[in-house]
Formats: sequence, structure tokens, C-alpha cells
Amino acid sequence: MSGPIAAGTRHELDRADFPRLLTALRGAGYRVVGPTVRDRAIVYGEIREESDLPIGWTDRQEAGQYRLERRADAALFGYNVGPHSWKKYLFPSRERLWTAVRKDGSFEVTPESVDPTPLAFLGVRACELAAMEISDRVFGKAGDPSYAQRRRRVLRIAVQCGQAGKTCFCTSMGTGPAVRTGHDLSLTEVIQPQRHFFVVEVGSDAGARILTGLPLRDAPDDDVRAATALVDGAAASMGRTMDPQGLRDLFVNNPEHPRWEIVARRCLACTNCTMACPTCFCQTTEEVPDLSGESAERWRRWDSCFNSGFSAVHGTSVRQTTNSRYRQWLTHKLGTWHDQFGESGCVGCGRCITWCPVGIDLTEEAAAFRVLPSPVKAAPAAGGKA
Amino acid sequence: MVARSMPSAVPEPPGASPWVPVPFRVEQRAAETSDTITLVLSPPKGVPATPFAPGQFNMLYVFGVGEAAISVAGDPAHPETLIHTVRSAGKVSSALSQASPGTTVGVRGPYGTGWPVAAARGKDVVLVAGGLGLPPLRPVLYELLRHRELYGRIEVIYGARTPKDLVYYNQIQEWRGRSDLRFQTTVDAAGREWYGDVGLVTARVPDIRIDPANTVAFLCGPEIMMKFTAQALEAKGMTDASIYVSLERNMKCAIGVCGHCQLGPEFVCRNGPVFLYKDVRRYLSVREL
Amino acid sequence: MTAVPSPAPLRLADHPFFQGMTGDLPQRLAPLAVEKSYALGDMLIREGDVADRFVLLFEGKVALEIVLPDRPRVTIQTVGGGEVLGWSWLLPPPQWWLDARAVKRTRCLELPAAPLRALLDSRPEYGYQFLLRLLPVVAQRLDHTRFQLMDLHGR
Repeated sequence: MSGPIAAGTRHELDRADFPRLLTALRGAGYRVVGPTVRDRAIVYGEIREESDLPIGWTDRQEAGQYRLERRADAALFGYNVGPHSWKKYLFPSRERLWTAVRKDGSFEVTPESVDPTPLAFLGVRACELAAMEISDRVFGKAGDPSYAQRRRRVLRIAVQCGQAGKTCFCTSMGTGPAVRTGHDLSLTEVIQPQRHFFVVEVGSDAGARILTGLPLRDAPDDDVRAATALVDGAAASMGRTMDPQGLRDLFVNNPEHPRWEIVARRCLACTNCTMACPTCFCQTTEEVPDLSGESAERWRRWDSCFNSGFSAVHGTSVRQTTNSRYRQWLTHKLGTWHDQFGESGCVGCGRCITWCPVGIDLTEEAAAFRVLPSPVKAAPAAGGKA
Repeated sequence: MVARSMPSAVPEPPGASPWVPVPFRVEQRAAETSDTITLVLSPPKGVPATPFAPGQFNMLYVFGVGEAAISVAGDPAHPETLIHTVRSAGKVSSALSQASPGTTVGVRGPYGTGWPVAAARGKDVVLVAGGLGLPPLRPVLYELLRHRELYGRIEVIYGARTPKDLVYYNQIQEWRGRSDLRFQTTVDAAGREWYGDVGLVTARVPDIRIDPANTVAFLCGPEIMMKFTAQALEAKGMTDASIYVSLERNMKCAIGVCGHCQLGPEFVCRNGPVFLYKDVRRYLSVREL
Repeated sequence: MTAVPSPAPLRLADHPFFQGMTGDLPQRLAPLAVEKSYALGDMLIREGDVADRFVLLFEGKVALEIVLPDRPRVTIQTVGGGEVLGWSWLLPPPQWWLDARAVKRTRCLELPAAPLRALLDSRPEYGYQFLLRLLPVVAQRLDHTRFQLMDLHGR
């Protein structure tokens, strides 16, 4: 048996008992979403039972490449990150904001209410927790109500990475692989020749409540060490690195760097990077009237700074070239995000590198930009009116 | 003991949704030029008028068509009479231009930063408007004239395409008749009936009588017009720390979350549209930023 | 052209065009200058005429107009006191290509082209100083024309 369960305590759960966790979540009224194999990728979807999880699967990622492969073991969480991020639940790709009907020469608006069912995110990586914190700041600053409502209903069951992918660089961005904050529960999956178990760390009261009644035991020091060694091993084997020092000034001060033209020639402006990125938040609104003209809906959907009409003023786009759009995206992500929100917009998850059809790698680009064609002007203080 | 999870910065759901427009009644629609009209709107019964600062804008909504960002053009002392001057340029503005009295226009706002009128106290004030740049500056003029004794010389320069494109024509004649301000108008081209200036607004700048060390300037119009006017004002001895510009970018949400209005690090809907020229001139000089 | 009632005679050296000019060009030009006054509606310059003078405006306003056979005349720019007009006498063929009409009572000094040109030719520094001051005026006209082309206030 285990000691008392509370925020801050640590326990162990046998792999065989994992289904009890899913049962406990559903019993507490949570809709569980997590990793599942679909369309030859590990995406986020409904988890009704253990077999929905990508048991025994891993991902092989490289710039412009993603493949699933069978593992030698039966790990439940033996992969890194797929094309989906948790933003699909917090900031859905299409969402109705309100419905309006004509009434007495005027109109009446009914805002959309968010599904009140609480969500359990199962399998959140440290980089994804960091991305959620970033999105909390972005949407919080704007006062976005549906993001806030959805966010309050989420239970985050994190999973620490035991391996790093070829496009991962969370250590460079200080976001992982160890889960330190933002989790309700944090699991580390340990597979040994005769044993398969999870070291469970409780991050909050809500997490503690879920564990009540589960067949937990105390986690012996050796097991904790084994779990830590896995995470350390992941940290030591990152596929890429990116030095974040000075990136804000580097990008803000070099809008005419010759490298922009070089990367622009490769970029297709396909918007994959912005769709896959967990922190990208650009969106557009749409008015959708019905055929009778008696009612209308306001929707919002994901948009991308790579889209041609994105920067259109008086019918003409300010950013007409792929060069200027790629520059906008990268300068924002690694540069002006600091001015706006006081931090980098990048968490080092590597999705933009993996899902770029031509394999543009922002870690490589950042390094290339540091090679300056001429002396850098004195950088102004970072701190526009945010 | 493991690290305890810190409570995240989970934002509080605000009271009313910022996406919902309030239905205002169209009281009046008047034609200014062949493609520009002025709407006078009033709030619904029981809803108090929202005060606005000169330079702010509202998102105006036409049911079933969409929204457009339009500067408030009326007197800040009378927000219950909400005035917007709209030019037919796209789908929404064309629909707004046809809004008849008695119909409804949705209003969200006001948004953005306003002209720093208080910073002009005790100083000479220069207002330079190009084309549809006069409506966002008119609220400033109302403020200045309401407390005329607080300000030094007032120099206004307004440039339009042709004499037929001048907005607020009758009001301009009133302003030109006053001795406590100078209101110059100029056009890009004119026919025989025009006895006024023909030329760029910048050509009017050398003539203005100001103490450049003690002046603020508010500029509103096409970006390139503002840049050249700022240059002309600097040639007269002003600095970019006392010149303000009103910028325009694509706006969808007006609450700083859709990302469309960004200019460098600035969200024009939230950090602008009024900016100190000193703070944004470097962004305005980068192509396709 | 009407007789000028008695305000003080205009002095060449007072005009901003010559402000800060070193050397004695203004003094040598002064005796050549002819003071003129134009009433509202008077033509200073007619398109097609021989370009025969350089005009320094002191007071008033002059509209530069383009006349086309198939449309109403268009004023493309106005110039006022402190400005200059007319440099076509410097370029062959010396012919005016615009009309210039007073839209306000206008007082100016006119320098006849032939003696002006002879004086400018007589010393390189005269010619250089004059052209250096004329060039910004021409550049400003060009800027104005470009902006008209861009039709910034149009759709």
C-alpha cells in the first residue's frame, strides 16, 4: 500500500493496474483524450479503454519525416509528439462564438456555451505543459472566454519522456523533458526485464482525488532512480539544440538578413508549421448567415500568417512575398513574442521541423541567422507596450 | 518530495463575451462625398453610452455581412451620439454605407489607444489629415476647441484627392472662419472651381507657424503621407518624440488574439492605433513588415 | 496686368530662393528683375508660348494647369509666395508646357531668361548655385506627380 495521497507525494502504479486509472477518470466524470494511432500517426483522440493507446508504437521523426514503428516492448507512452497538440481541445480549429437572430428591427445575440464535460488530457509532455502555460497568457491577456472555460475543465496527466526524438530540443528551451509544473499527475513509465510500472507524482488536489482508491504502492528509491535515469537519458539525447540567448534581438534587428531569401525559396507557405505548433494562436472570424437572412452565426477558425489574405489592408496584402511571411512567423515565434508576452513562443517540441514538407528546421535557421552579414545595430531594449 | 505543481495562469472567464456586438440604432445617415457617408448611432434603451477617447475605433457590424474597424468621429463629450464616417471600400463598409435610419448596426468597442490630447496642453498643436484621416482626428479638434485656452496655436492641414472628396465640408468652412485656429485644405488635383491649394499636405508644412520645440503633431492618413509629413515637421525642428501617427492594419478580433494586426511586436488594435512616431518609425521603414 | 498700387517694391535678395546664397549672384541679378502684379484669373504663363522668364513669387497663389482637348482643365499644383516657377527656358526647346493662372492676387519678380542664362553661363559657380537651388523645386514637383499617380486616396 501507499502512504497518503496529496499534492506533492509520489507513488507507484503497476502497469497491469493502468486500466483502473482510466476507470477512475471516467468515474469522476472526465472525458479522456489522449494518444491513439490513426492515419499512420499518433494523434490525440478519445481514449475509452487501454487498447486505444499506442501500445508498443513509437515515432521516428526527422525534418520533413514522420513514421510509426513497432517497439520491441509494450510501452503505452513510448513515442514523443505527433501532429496534434492539445490546442485542438482548448482552441478548436473551428468554433462557433455566437448565434444572432433578427428581432423587432434589431438583433439578439446568444453567446455559445462550452461543453461543460471536464476533460482529462492523458499523456501531456513537459513541452506541451509549457505550451499550455504560454497559451494561457496569450488568451488570458485577450480575455478570451471560451479558452478560459475549456481550460478550467482540464485535468492534465503528464507523462515524462524516456526518450528524445530527432527533432526534439526542449532542453534548449528550458521546457523539459522533466515535468516540473502545470501537471495534476505526472507519470514516468519504467519497463524492466521482469517489471513494467509507472512512478506517479501528484501535482494537485484534483490529481490526488483521481488516485484515491487505486492500488498504489510506495515507490522505492531504486525505482525512482530508474525513472529519473530515463528522463535524464532523454535530456542527454535531444535530436537538436537551439541556443535561445539573444534570439529576440537577433530577429528584430535583422529584417533584411540575406538568410530570409534563402529560406523563403524553400518555404511553400503551406501553413503546416502553424497548424502543428502548440502555441500558434492566429485565427480569423467568419460571419455565417443562413439562407433566409433571419439568423447569423459568428464563427472563428484557425488562420495562419502564411495565408495570402492574412495581412490584407484595403484589399492588398502587406506581406505579399513568402519571404515576408516566413519572416513574420519566425520573428514572432522567437523574437517579438518576448515583447508581447515576456517569453519565447517556442517550446522546442520540434513539430514544425517534422511536419514541414520541405524540412525547414528553425534550429538550423536560428544558427544561420547568427552569421551576420554586417555589424549589428545596437539592440533597443526589449519591451514594446505589451 | 517532488515539486508541487504551481497553479497555472488560468485566465478568469470575463463577464460579457468580448465577441458580442451591441445593437445600436441608426439615427441618421448623411452623404459626405460620392463614396463616403456619416452615420449617427444611438445605444439601445437602458444601455449607457460608452465613453471613448479621440482616436479609438469600434468594430461595426452589419447583420449577416460582417464587421469592420471604423474610427469614432464624433465629440467625446457626447458619446451617446456615436458618429462614424465610413467609406465604401469592401463588403462590410459598403453595407454600412447603406444602413438606413431606423435600422440596426452592431457595435463592439471602443478599442485601442487614443491621441494624447493631454500631452498637448500648453503647446502648439498640428493636426495633419490625409483623405479619410480627418474623421479620426475630428474628436481631437472638438476637445481642443472646447478648452481653447489650454493650447497654443492650432494648425490643421487636410488633404484630399479632389475638392469633391473633402469630408465635413460645411464644418470645414466654419473652422476656416475661426480666428483661433488655422485650417488649410489642399487637394491632389482640381478643376477651375477650386481657388485653394493643390499639392501634397507636406507642401503646407513649411508655412505653419509653430514653436517646434513646444508642439505636438497628430498625423492620420496613408502611411506614406504620414512618413513624409513627419519628415517635413522634423525639417521644421520637431522631433519624433512629439509626433503621433495612427496606423491601420487588418483587424478581425480587435482584442489582440487573432494576430492579423501585428506590426513587428505591436498589436495595432491594442497598442495602437495611435503610436508615438519615435516608437514605430523603424517598423514603418521595413518593407512588407 | 494692372498697375501696382504702392506697397514697397519687392527685393530679389529677400526671396527664399536666394536665402543663404554666397557670392554676388543675387546682386548681379537684381537689376534684371521686373516686378509684376497679376489679378485673380490672369495668366502668367501659357502652354506653347516661348519660355522666356524665371518667376519668383512673393505673394499670392498660382495654379499650374494642364489643358487637354477632350476634358476639363485640371490644376495639378498650386504655388505660392516664397516659391518659384518656370524653368523650361533652361531646357531645349524653351517652351512652356503648362498654363499658370493666378488664383489670388499675385506679386512677383520676373527674371528674363536670356540675360539670366548669360549670367549663369558666365561663371561656373553662378550656374552651379542656381541649379542646386532649382533641383529641390523640381524634385518636389516630381514627388507630387508620383503621389498623384499612386492615387493614395483612391481604392
